[in-house]
Amino acid sequence: MELSNYLYLAAILFAIGATTVLLRRNAIIVFMGVELMLNATNLAFVTFARIHGDLTGQVVAFFVMVVAAAEVVVGLAIIVAIFRTRRSASVDDVNLLKN
Amino acid sequence: MTPDTAFVAPVIEWAYLVPVLVVLGAGVIGVLVEAFVPDRARRPVQIVLGLGALLGGLAAVVVLWGDERVQGLPNEVPGVRILGGSMVVDPFALAVQGIVLLLAVLGLLVVADRTSTGQDAFAPTAAAVPGTPYEDLARRRGVQQTEVYPLVLFAVGGMMIFPATGNLLVMFVALEVLSLPLYVLSAMARRRRLLSQEASFKYFLLGAFASALFIFGVALLYGYAGSVDLARIFEALVSGTSPFGPPGAMVLTGLFLVLAGLLFKIGAVPFHAWTPDVYQGAPTPITGFMAACTKAAAFGALLRVLYVVGSGLPQEQLDHVLVGLWVVAIATMVVGTVVGVVQTDIKRLLAYSSIAHAGFLLVGVIGFNALSIRATVFYLLAYGLATIGAFAVVTLVRERAPRREPVAVAVGTAGAADAGSTAGAGSTAGVEGAPESDVVLGEATHLVEWAGLGKRSPWLAGAFSLFLLSMAGIPLTAGFIGKFTAFQAAIGGGGWMWVLVVIGVLTSAVAVFFYVRIIVLMFFTPGGRPEATGDEPDGGLAPGVTVVRSQGFTTVALVLCVVGVVALGVFPSPVLDLALEAVKFRP
Repeated sequence: MELSNYLYLAAILFAIGATTVLLRRNAIIVFMGVELMLNATNLAFVTFARIHGDLTGQVVAFFVMVVAAAEVVVGLAIIVAIFRTRRSASVDDVNLLKN
Repeated sequence: MTPDTAFVAPVIEWAYLVPVLVVLGAGVIGVLVEAFVPDRARRPVQIVLGLGALLGGLAAVVVLWGDERVQGLPNEVPGVRILGGSMVVDPFALAVQGIVLLLAVLGLLVVADRTSTGQDAFAPTAAAVPGTPYEDLARRRGVQQTEVYPLVLFAVGGMMIFPATGNLLVMFVALEVLSLPLYVLSAMARRRRLLSQEASFKYFLLGAFASALFIFGVALLYGYAGSVDLARIFEALVSGTSPFGPPGAMVLTGLFLVLAGLLFKIGAVPFHAWTPDVYQGAPTPITGFMAACTKAAAFGALLRVLYVVGSGLPQEQLDHVLVGLWVVAIATMVVGTVVGVVQTDIKRLLAYSSIAHAGFLLVGVIGFNALSIRATVFYLLAYGLATIGAFAVVTLVRERAPRREPVAVAVGTAGAADAGSTAGAGSTAGVEGAPESDVVLGEATHLVEWAGLGKRSPWLAGAFSLFLLSMAGIPLTAGFIGKFTAFQAAIGGGGWMWVLVVIGVLTSAVAVFFYVRIIVLMFFTPGGRPEATGDEPDGGLAPGVTVVRSQGFTTVALVLCVVGVVALGVFPSPVLDLALEAVKFRP
């Protein structure tokens, strides 16, 4: 089934996104990693929808996009607020709460 | 257009959605209030609206509880499925919704309290950069951020949908609806704003990561079953009619990812890293609210996913899932307890205590029988009451800066007098460096600062001790019954479950140590050391610490929490019977 190639691609993109979140230090890049994970999920949903001949997966993809947009709004607001205070968007600089 | 493609309007049974609609509707009205109601009137309007909506939702839940279709007509499965399972109103969903609403009412009371200092716990303008003239101006003008109330209502709305949906897509949306307001609320502390922003930042990044894991898990389950509806996934698992054959690695991976997303919200190890930081950095009333309500909602969703999907899995696969949860539960109990012992910050300590409680709750869940549902519902209520109460006490124990003006004497008694002139002049500039113009500062969170509280405010210290004893699981408190039923449910699971219960009991015993340590500190350790500074200690407290009076809201919440904790501990059977009804469960 050649459709499965899309699934492998989705899994690879998801893994790249997860790695980005876990390894990168810049908040914006980390955030892009999360977006990549969500979009990889969309690809998986659309592929599964094709395999099942069912529209649900495509509808879900739209919902995920909307949720991702809402997340961007809140997330960038928080990151900008921190950046304006500290002039840095590095995850490592945000360490006051470490005991 | 041919007849068979013609649009058919879906039938929605609005009556069963009333609790959710009331709360979310009030949230929307709250946003309008921000836009149209004059500045001075906003706070009272928002408080009335918020409390009214939550109590109204609670009343609606109680009414629906008696509905015959919810409780199950003869020969029918109890519960009503709305829009093909997008919302499932069954006794279990209503029980969790009721708990969330009850705890949210208490949480909102604490949020609304401005104490005798005349300041609530939230920054005048959360968007202002800490330490700038603009922020200073907003503070001196006495600007207040009343958006807090609609945000809380939206979060509660999400928490009510979360355990009451049989559809994984709706669950994902509910997850975001409850999370996004909490990320914002975490960043809005009036004092120690850098910590607060940092907490919000960590919560957001890890939360977004967890929701991405969750939705990828949903994608895999959808890929297997061809539906995001839990009931259809169950059918597909049982029948094995999937293009991908009998349930295997794909389903397991999907389920594990979904559970990971939920366990993150619960704060179970290894997804707990955010918990101490966020609990410490967020405004204390919000910490109490989210610690109690989020956990209730997330456990509701966890039970629904696990019990529906899990009971469709073949025994061998189910064992894999349960083994995974075993590891998580043991790690959660051990880490929560052991790391909790060495904490010196009261909010962090309560955070680790909440992690440990997540572990005990998981022990009950893993029992995987009807009693588990009863135990979880009861435990969530007992834990929530004690947690909101404990954080409410934390909001009242404050630091104070060295006096400079003669006016600022005796803060605890005359604090209200200077509220108007110096309103909001807290140490918003950062972690350290409290401006000397003000007397009462942020919460005194270091444990040392709690010494002597029993002498200064015996009632407050007594209530706090009661909450701690309940968390420790001492008999005659709600926590004891909660732990007992959870462990009982686990034993009912049979097999090797006793190992888990033994670990649970041992970690509880260790946890007693750090709860009792605080009680000893409050009642038997003298706090006042007049020779240390020239500062006059406040009634036996450590220098630089004081207790502010509540405006009344927090007192009401505290009294209700105390009554609840004692009542559930002494007469648990009515509530346990109600919780047993919640076992009626529909995918």
